[in-house]
Parts: sequence; structure tokens; C-alpha cells
Amino acid sequence: MPRIRFTRHLERHVACPAGEVAGESVRAALEHYFASHPAVRSYVLDERGALRTHVAIFIDGVSVSDRATLSDSLSPDSTIDVMQALSGG
Amino acid sequence: MQTVLFSTRKGLFAAEGSAGRVRVRSVGFLGDNCVLSMVDPRDGAWYTALNLGHFGSKLHRSDDRGATWREVAVPVYPERPADRPVNPRENMGRPAPWVLNLIWALEPGGADEPGVLWCGTLPGALFRSADRGESWTLVEPLWYMPQREEWFGGGAPWPGMHSVCVDPKNSRRVLVGISCGGVWLTEDGGATWRVQAKGMRAAFMPPEQAFDENIQDPHRMVQCPSSPQRLWVQHHNGIFRSDDGAASWQEIGEAGPSTFGFATAVHPDDPDRAWFIPALNDERRVPVGGRVVVTRTSDGGKTFETLTRGLPQQNAYDIVFRHSLAIDRSGDRLAFGSTTGGAWITEDGGNSWTALDARLPPIYAVTWA
Repeated sequence: MPRIRFTRHLERHVACPAGEVAGESVRAALEHYFASHPAVRSYVLDERGALRTHVAIFIDGVSVSDRATLSDSLSPDSTIDVMQALSGG
Repeated sequence: MQTVLFSTRKGLFAAEGSAGRVRVRSVGFLGDNCVLSMVDPRDGAWYTALNLGHFGSKLHRSDDRGATWREVAVPVYPERPADRPVNPRENMGRPAPWVLNLIWALEPGGADEPGVLWCGTLPGALFRSADRGESWTLVEPLWYMPQREEWFGGGAPWPGMHSVCVDPKNSRRVLVGISCGGVWLTEDGGATWRVQAKGMRAAFMPPEQAFDENIQDPHRMVQCPSSPQRLWVQHHNGIFRSDDGAASWQEIGEAGPSTFGFATAVHPDDPDRAWFIPALNDERRVPVGGRVVVTRTSDGGKTFETLTRGLPQQNAYDIVFRHSLAIDRSGDRLAFGSTTGGAWITEDGGNSWTALDARLPPIYAVTWA
């Protein structure tokens, strides 16, 4: 199963332990994760379900191309990294 | 002295003072962007809105004066209905996404409505909670009215609702101020709305549209608790006063060094007594002459005093945002904070000020607790 892990910047705000997720797309994997960690959803996605502007998702080190519907596909051994995008201030 | 909460770019700072010194007593959310705080006089709860740069807007509540906090819900915009296509002219040709960008106003409902909160947001919308922020409901009649699409952003990409005034004598009468969308009134708790900005003047529009009520840019609107018919507005183009509950507005032509600014406060028991913090003008948003001053009228705007005692009078470039001047229920204590982290408190209505003994991050909002 794909594995998901989160930036420690997010752990400061909400519990988001790394884990295994089911799904063949980023969307499906995130939904699987949110089912057991519902508080994490609003930190990663906005209310339209899109990736927040300053959050980045990588699949095996490559950033996703579809930030709106999160359709990028996964393989069973993928690693999903949810990171904070770089921003100033 | 009571506690003053400074919501800043890097945390929530609670200050207290005595014997002429004001010090930070505690810090919450250190490192996080706190955009505003509200203290509910009905149950003593503290609320702080965060705008986490990466992870969105959040709202936290404390029932023990900041010792512990719990995350509650934030307003959620609805999905755009299929029969509501995007109006390409909305927001001057930049239609806003239906996504929460910022919590920009948070006010308690009336004394007869325990648990009710109002929240103004960017893009300009009003939300209501009946359960102390555990859940929020969009005030749909305001959001779906066609005139809302004529509002536009001033200083931000989207129009923003920054002021919510609940009539202390009639909780169903609520006024909201929008940059740039004028002032809107409901008298039935949010079911119907009408614009109430007659007399306001917008120099940033073509001359023919200068008095269009729906595009005015009130920077901040406050209502006198004991005389709710009296309102004060610091507007982008000057200071305005209403004596009839916002039905009409009179421009105040002169107020000390300048009528440009963002913040205003009104005395809780004296509608003629109000405070402003001027800046040079729209083009140069700095204190006039490098001197931080507060202007005060005690006669409804006929005359103003320029208050300087205890405030920096040279090489000071502090700008005070719209939520960063607050008055307490006594009417004698005021506090303000600047975007360069300066903060001052008075206990004599502004005759003399004491600087906070700290160098704070940029201050976005000031609240008495």
C-alpha cells in the first residue's frame, strides 16, 4: 500500500502520523487518510477540495501536477509526502 | 489594569500594566499569524483567528482566559450552484473563489442570543454561529444578492467584511462594513439587506460614481453602545458620522493633521466622543511628520484634539490597522498597536499614553479582555 507522511510543520498544529493508505490516486489516498484523521483535511485542502496554495504534495519525490482534483496516480509502493511550500515572512 | 490582547503576525500577546509600565504577561500561538481576537462579554470566552500561511484559516476558543485553547470550526463557503455561473465582471473582473481566505471580523451576538457569533470574511461574506463557533452558517441572502458581485477588493484581492455592529437594543439589527462594498443593514437577523452608505464619498472612483453606496470603502465602522443610532466610520476618503443608524452619513472635513486612517473607536456612553489615528494620505501611509498622534473629538466631530503625550514625536512610522485601536467598557482605557510593533495604552481617554515594554511583531488587532 502507498505510504503517506507529513511535514513536521503540520504536526505542530494537528496530529498527522505517517501511515499506509489505500488508493490509486492522490485524492483516494488522502480520503482514506482523512477517514481516520478528519482534523487533517482542512489543513491540507481548502473547502473546494483543492490543495491549499502553500501546501505541496510529492509522489516519490515528484510534485503532483493536478492540484485541483488530485488525480495524479499512485503505485502500490508509492510514498506520498505532504509538505509546506516555501513562502516568505 | 485589565488585560489587552495584541494579535500579531507572530503570536497572541496578553499585556497588563501597573504604575506606568505595561508588560507582556503571556504569549499564545508563538510564531503563528494571529489576525484578530474577540472577547465575548456574555460568557468570558476568548477567540483568536489564525491565518496559518500554509494551512489556512483556523479559529480557536479559550474558556480560561488563554491558559488553554481548543480549535473550533471556521466558516466554509458553499459550492457554487450550477445556476449561478461566474459573473466575469465580479470584483472588477477578478471573480473571487468561493474559498475562505481570511477571517476579518468576529463579534458576539446580542445579550439575548447566548452562543451566537458573527464572522465577516474575505472574500466578503457574513457567517453566523449559534454554538460558540462549533459550526457556521453562511448568511445566504447577502452572499447571493447580485449587488455583492459589484464589491471589490481594496488592499486585498477580494472584498472583505471587517466590521459587524450588532445593535445592543435589537439583536436582529446588524450592520456590516465592507472594503469595498459600503455598509449594509439587516433588521430581521440577516434575512433581508439594504445598503446604508448614503453620503459617503469615494475619490477612488470616476466622479459620476463617487457617491455610489455599494462601492464605498469604509475602513472601520464602530457603533456607540449606549446610542446605537450614532456610528463612526474611518473611510478611505475621510471620517464619516451617522446620527440615524447608518441611514445617512455626514463627512467630517477636518480632524487634526489628517482625516486619512484605518482605525476608530467610540466612547461606550458618549456618542460624541471618538478617537482616530491619522496617517498622511492614501498615497503615503505614514504618520504626518513622523509623529504618532491620536485625534479625539468630544463634540461629535466639530472639533478635534491632537493627543501626543507619551507617543513618539519624531522618526516614527507606525501605521495602525483597522482592528488595532480598542476601547474598553469604562471608556477611559484605550490601546492601539502598529504594523511596526509599537503599542500604547491610555487610562485617561488618551490624554497620556504608556508604551508597551516590548518590541512586538506587526500588530493586526487589539482587544480588551
